[in-house]
Amino acid sequence: MKIKNLINWSKQNLFSSVFNSLISLFCIYLIIISLPPFIDWAFLSATFEGKLKTDCKTSGACWVFVKVWFEKFMYGFYPVENIWRINLSFLILILSIAASFFVKDKFKIYILFFLIFIFPIIAFILIHGSFGMQIVESREWGGLALTFILAIFGIIFSFPLGVLLALGRRSELPVIKYFSICFIEFWRGIPLITVLFAAAVMFPLLLPADTYVDKTLRIAIGIAIFESAYIAEVVRGGLQSLSKGQYDAAKSLGMGYWKMNIFIILPQAIKTVIPGIANTFIALLKDTPLIVLVGMAEILGMINLAKANPYWLGMAVEGYVFAAAIFWVVSYFLSSYSQKLENKYSTEKK
Amino acid sequence: MNKEKVIELVKVNKWYGEFHVLKDIDLSVYQGEKIIVCGPSGSGKSTLIRCINRLEEHQDGVVKVRDITLDHHTQSIEKIRSEVGMVFQQFNLFPHLSILDNCTLAPSWVRKMPKKDAEELAMQYLTKVKIDDQASKFPGQLSGGQQQRAAIARALCMEPKIMLFDEPTSALDPEMIKEVLDVMTDLAKGGMTMIVVSHEMAFAKEVADRVIFMDEGSIVEEKPTAQFFSNPENERTKLFLSQIL
Repeated sequence: MKIKNLINWSKQNLFSSVFNSLISLFCIYLIIISLPPFIDWAFLSATFEGKLKTDCKTSGACWVFVKVWFEKFMYGFYPVENIWRINLSFLILILSIAASFFVKDKFKIYILFFLIFIFPIIAFILIHGSFGMQIVESREWGGLALTFILAIFGIIFSFPLGVLLALGRRSELPVIKYFSICFIEFWRGIPLITVLFAAAVMFPLLLPADTYVDKTLRIAIGIAIFESAYIAEVVRGGLQSLSKGQYDAAKSLGMGYWKMNIFIILPQAIKTVIPGIANTFIALLKDTPLIVLVGMAEILGMINLAKANPYWLGMAVEGYVFAAAIFWVVSYFLSSYSQKLENKYSTEKK
Repeated sequence: MNKEKVIELVKVNKWYGEFHVLKDIDLSVYQGEKIIVCGPSGSGKSTLIRCINRLEEHQDGVVKVRDITLDHHTQSIEKIRSEVGMVFQQFNLFPHLSILDNCTLAPSWVRKMPKKDAEELAMQYLTKVKIDDQASKFPGQLSGGQQQRAAIARALCMEPKIMLFDEPTSALDPEMIKEVLDVMTDLAKGGMTMIVVSHEMAFAKEVADRVIFMDEGSIVEEKPTAQFFSNPENERTKLFLSQIL
């Protein structure tokens, strides 16, 4: 019975026409030639036990490399005895996001407020150090923690800025309108790598000699502004999808510009562009490894350092596979979270 | 008529580019009056009532609502809008909010009413338009007639002194027109000042004090209801009435 079902299923889904059959056979061929060797390399003949490169004697992957360097990949050169501070910051973040799933709508606004205004301060104090905690300069930050710090900072600040720019671009006031257009087109027109170099190398040259802005902060602000231009265009797409009637109705009830946008226009516009916003944020996350080029070691940078270590030469593949797996997991989480949001807020389509 | 004049339009003109939509419109509306505006499509009826609450800007002339003269000041515009309710052809309910939230949003954020009072008020008006049992649903789950009644309730929740209706039944299926007109008739009998753009002539005969006929941007004929139907003077009015009745 089961086999019959399977045959039926494959007839419908894999071999419904000559062309589809050819594609199916080709895909099956690709899987057969690539998957078994990969599984053999990554799991069956891989080495998991040991502390040195010489412990890896088999032909498979040497996960000892990742195991030994794991802490550095995660936290960079952050002092080991203070790692709990990074963990605590991310724990607070994860808990408050988790809490937003369970509390009533009324309290969600407080959680959002906390995440945007209070959490960044707490996280900075914890990670950078203050109030008697040992100060850890940002040049010692690194690894996956730095990837997340930059991505989260970028998301938290680029989103509100992008929304304001989107509104500004549709404003009836010429000054605001043309400022927004110039701002968006300027930042969209230059590559991220330029922004990073400018923030890391050029910006300090333009400042008076005695002022100093932390390099990580400069980079983070650069990324946030860069992404805000993209968010602005995504949100503008949502704004354009709304009918004029929604504006008329809001205005006819006596709502001013801000009330109309906050309660009527933006909730609907943002809801329709959740996939686009998630897309931008995933791209932002995957752009962060570029900071390697300005001398900062997030996870990919740490892997580059580790594979150049004389005792661990030739471990590049393991490192990159590990990084790919981590990026995939995080991006997949972001994308499925956005799908959940989409389903949850699709009220009018029921 | 000694009643207070609540809307006054003097020599109002409006252009869309080259196109002259409103030509020297003079109109006075008194407290408690019901006025029907009719005319062929493109004659400027909707534009006329949209000028009263500044959804459209007039370029020349004076629009006065209850002693407030409409000008560029945001405050005067918002003040007028909170006193003038409007119902649209396409309902324009907010699809992301429940019917109850549609009704409470403006009272609580524009009038700064406590949430509980706003909800009581909303339920009172939803009962009046007979959809109190749908309060927790979303607009997309309601029929056209129910949506339009909800839209009327939403406008009433601001407790306006004047109600504008912009072809409220034109987007409805025939069997739903009556339920909306019944609500409007109730409202008229309760003493509300109403300006209704509509081609529902039976409704006009029942509730209107005056009927205005517009064509090509000007008011062609303006008469008390009985005379308008029994004794129209202008040729265009006669033609229009013969087509529609």
